[in-house]
Amino acid sequence: MLDKIKNINKKISALAGSSMEKFTTLTSRAIPLAIENVDTDQIIPARFLKTTDKQGFGDNVFRDWRFDKHGSINKNFSLNNPKYSGSILVAGDNFGCGSSREHAAWALIGYGFEVIVSSFFADIFKGNALNNGLLPVQVSEGFLKTLLETVEAHPETNIEVNLENQTISIANSDVSESFDIDTYKKTCMINGYGDIDYLLSKKEQIEAFEAEQTL
Amino acid sequence: MGKTLFDKVWDAHVVNSVQNGPQVLYIDKHLIHEVTSPQAFNELEARGIPVFRPNQIVATADHNTPTLNQDLPIKDELSRKQLEQLSENCAKNGITLYELGHKYNGIVHVMAPELGITQPGMTMVCGDSHTSTHGAFGTIAFGIGTSQVAQVFASQCLLLTKPKSLRVTVNGKLKNGVLPKDVILYIISKLGTNSGTGYFCEYAGDVFENMSMEGRMTVCNMSIEMGARGGMIAPDDTTFEYVKGRKFAPQGKDLDKKVTYWKTLPTDADAVFDKEYVFDAEDIEPMVTYGTNPGMGIKISETIPVDDNASFKKSLEYMNFAAGESLINKPINFVFIGSCTNSRIEDFRVAANFIKGKQKADNVTAWLVPGSKQVEAQIIEEGLKGIFENAGFELRQPGCSACLAMNDDKIPQGEYCVSTSNRNFEGRQGQGSRTILASPLVAAATAVAGKIVDVTKDIETLEIVSH
Repeated sequence: MLDKIKNINKKISALAGSSMEKFTTLTSRAIPLAIENVDTDQIIPARFLKTTDKQGFGDNVFRDWRFDKHGSINKNFSLNNPKYSGSILVAGDNFGCGSSREHAAWALIGYGFEVIVSSFFADIFKGNALNNGLLPVQVSEGFLKTLLETVEAHPETNIEVNLENQTISIANSDVSESFDIDTYKKTCMINGYGDIDYLLSKKEQIEAFEAEQTL
Repeated sequence: MGKTLFDKVWDAHVVNSVQNGPQVLYIDKHLIHEVTSPQAFNELEARGIPVFRPNQIVATADHNTPTLNQDLPIKDELSRKQLEQLSENCAKNGITLYELGHKYNGIVHVMAPELGITQPGMTMVCGDSHTSTHGAFGTIAFGIGTSQVAQVFASQCLLLTKPKSLRVTVNGKLKNGVLPKDVILYIISKLGTNSGTGYFCEYAGDVFENMSMEGRMTVCNMSIEMGARGGMIAPDDTTFEYVKGRKFAPQGKDLDKKVTYWKTLPTDADAVFDKEYVFDAEDIEPMVTYGTNPGMGIKISETIPVDDNASFKKSLEYMNFAAGESLINKPINFVFIGSCTNSRIEDFRVAANFIKGKQKADNVTAWLVPGSKQVEAQIIEEGLKGIFENAGFELRQPGCSACLAMNDDKIPQGEYCVSTSNRNFEGRQGQGSRTILASPLVAAATAVAGKIVDVTKDIETLEIVSH
């Protein structure tokens, strides 16, 4: 538990500052979310987007699935089930569709997630996650099914994610799969670099490009 | 091999390429609003990075604004502060802001085209997924996250991997009563919500060629609902005529030069797309959605499909609909005509034409929310306001309103809303609300009947909305 709190604090400090959290490997239990097309309105409903900083969104992640209309805890929702824990979320196909709100990534990080596993991610969400050091791991439908079944049957199972080798494995088993990630983005994740640093280093070329425009 | 419209615009904006990695793409116009920009301004300030090209940024307040009493101070403290923050950030950085009450204020994707900010061949971004709207002009326009908003502030560029190409062609003549909204809902219902992920879409064929700019914007707007980052339509005389004479449009010889260039943009005949779909206009009918994503749509005359998938069942359970049933005659208590999808003058003309001389049903609350102050002014000028008010509809002030229900315009728990917006996600229009996406015509007809009706069976309707 203490580790989890430390980890959350570390994440919050990363959100508050400009540098991105580095990511290399992670071994953790996972929380299953066997729902397809999870949209960013579910991850963080619009009514929580009124603040002007990046903090506090974790409290409201999946708000309307975690709580009913009266504010009572929905015990059937996996995030509320005490048998599940960990900083890996294993979700159904097409995770993160809908709105471009980066608040969705901030909310997942704020809650304590470091990796999201799905068989498919929406574009904008994927980019937002990577820009905040939250690793989207895209796996095959078959592997996702195995992972969901394993975690649901044996919640104590550890999942190992190795970004360097681009592999995701079920600990103490031979169940493993490799995943794709853009080489540039991988370097950024491992070293905690953000795109903004790269772009700032290209200022001269950008100005030269502007000067060339004739229309 | 020939180039696509997308290739031509993209290639003209590449500054640099990272070896084996993404490209640095130059962004011509950056639109911002109050919800997704403050954290980007904070990041720049914390790192002491100036805004690189403030003249290429335009700001508006739209997502979190009230649609009543806009002249009074905003009651909700957090909302008020968010708007104050936008004003402060814009003033500090020399960015043009059309704040609440300004004659050019409006939904970002309505006000930018109507001011001539959006032009063919441009690259445009905004921290909003419906930025795809501007693709109607033959523009590469797409939504970005707040980290990317900060990147564009700092460098007027983004690091991007070129997406794959997709073309959706619809040929033929649309039936009477079938509107651009029906066309895009039909396409998404056929292709699903993630068929476009990783792709940029071009819409081609005579259906789009014959469409007004307003209609093209409605179509491109919802590209993101099939996962595509953006959608584009080749610029033509309809586009040039729309742009010409607008406040920020090029004029005189500058315009001539631009038009000459814009005419070179359409996709070459021998260009090859990574994926192609072709549909027949005759097959499209007025559409409604029955589930909790925009891909779950049917022709209004059809019944809800039967599917064993758990997520599908969960979706129907949320909507309290049964597989195999029809939506015709479902009682509806809320109707919303608005949002960046359908809040332009043409949408209100369609609604007014249908509503004229009729009364809304007693059970219905009907909100009409114009996309901008200019649309609002035009509604009054064309005499549509009287038609709406006489029929018992409520004409509100411009903003995103009940599309995402960040303000007070919320649909109550458990209620259905036939809405011209773009997303029917769970709780999108308020906690526990149930959204049925449709065209302004279907929405107007629902408000009058107090229930969903098959507009194709209404002869009067077909006469009114003839092509």
